[in-house]
This record gives sequence, structure tokens and C-alpha cells, in this order.
Amino acid sequence: MVQNIIDVRNLSKSFDISSKEPGLKGTIKHFFRRQTKSLKVIKDISFEIKEGEIVGFLGANGAGKTTILKMLCGLIYPSEGSILVSGYLPFRRKENFLKNITLIMGQKQQLIWDLPPIESFYLNASIYDLDKFEAKKRIKKLSEMLEIDRELFIPVRKLSLGQRMKSELLAALIHEPNILFLDEPTLGLDINAQRNLRKFLQRYNKETNATICLTSHYMKDITSLCKRVICVHEGAISYDGKLDLLLKKLSPVKEILIVCRSEEDAIKLKNFGFTVKNKIKNEITIKIENNSITSSLKTILNNFDIEDLFINEPPIDEVIGKVLIKKNYDI
Amino acid sequence: MNLRKYIKVYKKFLHTSLASELEYKTNILVDLITAILSLVGSIFLLSIFFQNNGYIGGWKFEEALIIQAIYTILNGITNTWFNPNLTEIVKHIREGTLDFVLLKPIDSQFFISLKKINPSGFLEIMLGFLLLFLCIRINQINLNLSFLTLSSITLSCSIFILYSLWFFISTTTIWFVKTWNAIEVLRSFLYIGRFPLNSFSFSLRIFFSVFIPIAFITTIPSEVFLGLSVLWKILLEVIVAALFLITSRKFWLFAIKFYSSASS
Repeated sequence: MVQNIIDVRNLSKSFDISSKEPGLKGTIKHFFRRQTKSLKVIKDISFEIKEGEIVGFLGANGAGKTTILKMLCGLIYPSEGSILVSGYLPFRRKENFLKNITLIMGQKQQLIWDLPPIESFYLNASIYDLDKFEAKKRIKKLSEMLEIDRELFIPVRKLSLGQRMKSELLAALIHEPNILFLDEPTLGLDINAQRNLRKFLQRYNKETNATICLTSHYMKDITSLCKRVICVHEGAISYDGKLDLLLKKLSPVKEILIVCRSEEDAIKLKNFGFTVKNKIKNEITIKIENNSITSSLKTILNNFDIEDLFINEPPIDEVIGKVLIKKNYDI
Repeated sequence: MNLRKYIKVYKKFLHTSLASELEYKTNILVDLITAILSLVGSIFLLSIFFQNNGYIGGWKFEEALIIQAIYTILNGITNTWFNPNLTEIVKHIREGTLDFVLLKPIDSQFFISLKKINPSGFLEIMLGFLLLFLCIRINQINLNLSFLTLSSITLSCSIFILYSLWFFISTTTIWFVKTWNAIEVLRSFLYIGRFPLNSFSFSLRIFFSVFIPIAFITTIPSEVFLGLSVLWKILLEVIVAALFLITSRKFWLFAIKFYSSASS
């Protein structure tokens, strides 16, 4: 039986936040008498993550995804509730716990800017107490997986964003952690770089059985990596479950564009009883429920002279967008 | 604590930091020239003070030069280690990159205090020692074992006090985010350390001994060099240094509990 590697119970986090009115008067007031109020950014959340799972955290900006990730890796103290990661209380930051985890942030970097990445890798290797031989072996293996052999010796400031991100990944994985916390790792990368990074993460997960917690605003990251998603809305969990179930629930129908041989057939099809979205000359778009697609297509092909047809999935961003603005999704 | 690991990591810090700095040759050259000009300027200023009066606060020019030498050594240490590292804390906290430091299996205070070095500060340290040896010859100081031990102890204590003051102020960044001004105020106070404590009024002497212990940083080690110091003063400096070091450590461990990391 696969064990839970992350166990979160009734977790809450509050921050003291100061607000400022606009204008000079507001600035002076803010300088002399700063008014702060406690804001609960994470509200009583509970979940478990199993070893080897890849879980995507979804939510609008400011929903609390990064705060959850930072509490899981021990950077932020929780205000209430409990967290156990790999059997440790993260905020105590015990050496063995830290050797087990890594945090990668798309918008922050740890590589030494003026030096080639290889220097940062060896520095990290010494921090994780790896000998030179072992470090060399791991750098070779990871650089081959990430396809950055040549970039290892070029100063970081001269690398492209994609090459830098791959180097950041290598620096963060040199100690072979079991749990990866990834906060928008593909931020700002081009399509190919995003795809390569996703491929690498899939392979890393497969080969090492590492657990991955991921936040991303790129839905492709989520759909290609995560079977399970946790949706966060204003600090609370609005959905925790399988991604495909969520998608089925949110988009129960598919759109089918049918190109008929003649406009007459298109008119007949229009009056056949399907839900029609639109009709332009001999092209007609109809909506069919997911569970009756096969039978409906059979009927259409048997009764009408069809030139071509296309099944359109609704855009994933649009579907997930619905989740991000709703408080609760019971599937 | 695994000492072998820490030595290995420090060697890596030295290597990467030197390599980073040596990428910018002109910058290093300018820093080296600045260090020489700054020392020449300070000695010139000191000589102007002594021009009409042979003694200031009971100190001769040749004796006051020892304070200048110790100040130069300490300033060199500040420029080599404290300045590049402890000003970096402010950057780490503002930009949230302290996350990477806190998640490494290594003491975070060790990491942020020693990761960087500025090699041009070495010249200042060497110039300071050169001036110190010159002063030892001019003042005909007898170099014996007890003198060397006491001077090493007091000089080390000065370094610890100075480090703790810098570190303490830098740590407050966790709450106040920007503390550059406080660091500049501290630097301005340290300039005062170039002059004998006795040359100030009684109230200022108290202020620079109790509130900001400049007196401990330069005057007491200089008195040791001249054989003027008494044992209780040396003991007091050791106690003050230990107290400052322990407090800065406790304060750091307390402060990081409040670190909320920058938003992404």
C-alpha cells in the first residue's frame, strides 16, 4: 500500500497586513500610524498526498497556493493546524528533512549570476555533503536528462531563460530529493522549453518515484503532469480529486463540427433533434453529451452524407477558469 | 555540527566569490585605489589634528596611529566580509531569495554571513597590518608572547563586536524590510573609532562605550599595543564580545520565525 508522504490537518495561516489610503494624506497617516489587520489567507484546509503522486495546486492569483507550498516546505510557520511531511514537522527544518525536499520557484533564482552553473552545482553538492565523485556523476546524469551539457560552462547571465530554468532544476535536484515543491516552474518559458521541462519532470517522477507538488497558471503543465488537482479558492480548498473527473463534470458536452456534402443535408441535420450551436452553409456545429457521443455519431453517419467531421474539446483554460471563481465543487 | 563539511563549504564560498569578483577587473582596481587613498587621507586628517597640539586626549600622534591601523584592519574586514554579506541579507529578504538559504541543510547564519567576500578588502587589511608594524617599531613596542596573546584576543573581540552589530541591524530587515540607513549610521559611528576615546567629552565617551561600543572596538586593542590597558578592561571586552555574539545568534533564530517570504 502506498503511504501518505504529506499529511495536512486543519491548516490555517494568518498574516498581519497593512493597508494605505491613496494620496499624500494617506501616505503621512500610513507613516505615523500604520494600521494593520490580521488576514486569514489559508482557512482550515486538510489533505493527504501519497508517495510518488504529482499533485497540481490550482487557484487564481492570491488564492493561497504558494503560501501552502511554503508551509509544506517549512519556510512559513502555520498559525493553526498540523503538517507532517515525510514524517517531519517542516517548520523545524531538520537537516534530514531538508535533504529530502527541494523548492523550485519560476520567478526566483539561486544560481550565482556571474559564474557558469557548474560552480553553483558544486557549491550545492558541498552543502549537501556529497563528495566530488558523486557530485560529478549526478551532474552528468541530470545534465543529460535536461539536455544542458554545453550550458554548464557558460556564465548564468549569458544563458536564455529556458537554459537558466533547466540549470535551476539541476541545482535544486543534485541531492536527489524525494519531494519536489514547484512554484510556477515554467513561468516565462517558450512552448518548447515548457514541453522539455514537463518531459523531464515526468521522467524524474517515473525514475525516482518522487512526490511532486506543483503550482502553475499554464494549464498544459497541469493536464500533462497531474492526475490529481487541489483547487484553492480564497484560502480554502474548493476541489480535491482527479483532474479528468473535474473536467467531465465541468464540460459535460463536446462540440462537433460536421461538414455535409450539401446544404440540404445540413438543413435536415439541423432539424433532426440535436442541439445546434450554429450553421453556416453546409457546415453545422452541434453539442453532444459526453456519454452519448458514440451512438450519436453512428446515427449521423448512417443517415447523412458527411464529408468531414471534427470533435472539439472545450478549451481547458476556460473550463478550469470556472473552478477558480467558485467556492465549492462536489463531484 | 559537522566541522569538515563547514570547512569544505567555506572553501567553496571563497572560490565562487573570488571567481565572481574577478569577473570585473576594473571594479577591483578602483576598489584597491580607493582603499589606498582612504588610508592616506585618514592619516593626513589625523596629522592635521595633531599639528598644533602634540597630544589629544593624552595620546601622541604616533600612538594615535595605532588606532588608525586597527581601524583600517577592521574596516578591511568589514569591506571583505561584513559589507558584501550582510547587505545581501536585505536583498534576500526583499526579493524572497532567503527561501533558498533557509531550505539548505546548513546553518543559515553561517551561510549568509560568509557566502561572499570582496577581495579588494584584503588590501585594506594588509595596509592596516603594515601600519601596525610600523607603529610597533616607531613606538618601540616589545613583541613578547603575552603581548601577542592579549592583542590577538582584543582584536578578535573587536571583530566579533563589529560583526554582531552589523548582523543585528541586518536581521531587523525581516520586520522593517529596508535598513540601509541604519547600516550607514553604524558606519558613520565607526569612523569615530579612528580617534582615541579620551579625545571625546565624558558624555560621548559613555555613549560610545555603553550604547554603541566603539570604544571596545578600537581603543582597548590600541591600549593593549601601548601597554596601557588594564586587565579588567580586556576582560570586559571579552564579556561584551561574547554577549554581543550570543545575542546576535539568538536574535537571528528568533527573527527567522517571523520571516514571511516575499510574495510570488
